[in-house]
Amino acid sequence: MNKTVKRGYIVNGLTAVLAYAAFCVLAATLGQEGGFKLIIAPGIWQCCYLILLAASLNLVLGFMGQLSLGHCGFMAIGAYTAALMSLAFERAGVYDEKSGAAFLAVLFLCIISAGLLAAAFGVLVGIPALRLKGDYLAIITLGFGLIIVNVINNLPFAGQNGLAEGSAAASLYATGLGFGSSDRVAYLWAGVGVTALCVTLMFMFVRSKYGRAVRAIRDDEIAAAASGINTGYYKVLTFAFSAFFAGVAGALYACCNASLSTVSFSFTNGSILNSTFVVVMVVLGGMGSLTGSVVSAVVMFLLNYQIANGAWVDALPGFIQGAFTYPMLVYAVVLIVIIMFRPKGIFGAYEFSLLRTPGELARRLRGLGRGKRANKGGKEAAAQ
Amino acid sequence: MGVFLQTLFVGLRLGSVYALIALGYTMVYGIIRLINFAHGDFIMVGGYTLIFTVPLMTAAGLPAWLAVVIAIAVCALVGVGVELVAYRPVRRKGTGMTALITAVAMSLFLENLAQAIPAIGPNPIIASQLFAPGGFRVAGVTLDFVTIYTIAVSAAVMLLLYVFTQKTRMGRAMRCVSEDKSAAVLMGISVNRTVLTTFAVGSGLSAVAALMYVAQYPKVYTTMGSLLGLKAFVAAVAGGIGLIPGAMLGGLVIGLVESFTTSYISSSLTDAVVFLILIAVLLIKPAGILGKNVGEKV
Repeated sequence: MNKTVKRGYIVNGLTAVLAYAAFCVLAATLGQEGGFKLIIAPGIWQCCYLILLAASLNLVLGFMGQLSLGHCGFMAIGAYTAALMSLAFERAGVYDEKSGAAFLAVLFLCIISAGLLAAAFGVLVGIPALRLKGDYLAIITLGFGLIIVNVINNLPFAGQNGLAEGSAAASLYATGLGFGSSDRVAYLWAGVGVTALCVTLMFMFVRSKYGRAVRAIRDDEIAAAASGINTGYYKVLTFAFSAFFAGVAGALYACCNASLSTVSFSFTNGSILNSTFVVVMVVLGGMGSLTGSVVSAVVMFLLNYQIANGAWVDALPGFIQGAFTYPMLVYAVVLIVIIMFRPKGIFGAYEFSLLRTPGELARRLRGLGRGKRANKGGKEAAAQ
Repeated sequence: MGVFLQTLFVGLRLGSVYALIALGYTMVYGIIRLINFAHGDFIMVGGYTLIFTVPLMTAAGLPAWLAVVIAIAVCALVGVGVELVAYRPVRRKGTGMTALITAVAMSLFLENLAQAIPAIGPNPIIASQLFAPGGFRVAGVTLDFVTIYTIAVSAAVMLLLYVFTQKTRMGRAMRCVSEDKSAAVLMGISVNRTVLTTFAVGSGLSAVAALMYVAQYPKVYTTMGSLLGLKAFVAAVAGGIGLIPGAMLGGLVIGLVESFTTSYISSSLTDAVVFLILIAVLLIKPAGILGKNVGEKV
């Protein structure tokens, strides 16, 4: 094995272990305190599914170069699959309280089947997408997202009298594995672990020969086909792969929320969870940078939280506060500005790495200290 | 039979509104190969302009529908502004996909900006009566005046547009630019000015569509254009995007499909059926009903 690769594995593995240990200590000391239980733990859950959404869309948007506007449709499939399955298990008496081996098994079974069903739909959408490019694909995926929401709203067994007995509204369903605030803390490890595993899988995909083939298709489809790459196969594969993780994100969403509503998965809506917002996250982080997506998902979550709840917002002048009432207005402007000045997103295709980034940063700073002009590669590192 | 005829008329009326919107999509797509997602929101702009100018018109003693003149002007200005501020700079630097993302962002921006304006706000506004109420009753079928006006006006607008693109200098320039941009430049056509005119005309059409839509469904809200625009886009693609007759045909087809689905299958499944038609058309004949398949040059 290559020496740098080996060192990379050691450094990343060690960091993961350290982060996990720090997290355990935090959870043990703060676990039952109100602030952690009510604010930080739900926040981490939200970050988890936002990261998965952004990173999985990046596979299609950044690495394959196709705009998909229905990513939340896959998420909706995942969320409803997980919720309905867990409800069914609960009614069948497989588990009655949210603990024990039986519940864990159901939880992971639900997450995996959510991903698999979403992936199956990914194949379904991917096949027409084979014949289409760019604009048409965007429209097909958009239409697909709308169809999904429409169909779920009309499903008889998802309605009031079906699996979700006693739900409040026709489009609002209780979820079987919906965690309360203390369960969210207790199962935080599962959410974070699933996210970490999925992001790792995506990394492996991007670095593998599949990832290279997909990037070749993005750069020049005809040349890629001429070099013997089966473009149709790789396109559908990437689509399904991306949909799988969107489905997993949906399952995490169903875990984190005690009820589901189809409004949450539409193309645009007042809140931040919609397909356009996912595109905003990917573009902000950089099309073709998985680490960029992870960072931007967390940053966007924090930003959104601050805009909604931060005390400093009250100190701002009135018209900015007015704009903050509609955060999507701000994000739309940010998106346009970024596309204008950095068409590939803030980080472009730059990947952070624990091994390289500190060194590059240091070089960057030394360079700045000597008053040297920034070169293009360094700019991306400095932009963080 | 009565239900069938009624559904047919509703479909034709809805279809002519879709056709008007689809024309705007198709003209812009034909000339710069960009799906203008913000086009649906131009309808919203037109709708609100109508809301605010109709009282002025009635105060001046003019018929209420004359407010559409102002709405057309406002929509054309917004369309030109969007092209100048967002699309042109991005088109110059980026790829097709960045332009598409800009269009999505622009649509989002317009919707949320409208909500943030205090006079508009997030709640729907009910429009006043735009046309005289009433209608004919023939063989058990009610035919509103609004329906007749809608179909007649959109037919007239389409005819005008057809004459404009076929006979006038500017119309010819538009067709040239959409056929071959660089050759058009060599022939002394100002591409930028032609694109601007296209945006102005397309957005103006959406104001007419807004008039027709609001006359029928007197409610204006900030996201009204989003689904309306998407369906009109489906119409444009179904008819063959970039083709003006295609947009007209596609609009009517989608309108009819929608009204027949509503009255014979289920009103809540209408959107799903419309988008399934899109997927079916794209699978069977990606260039649309009237489009020709063009091979790709390497």
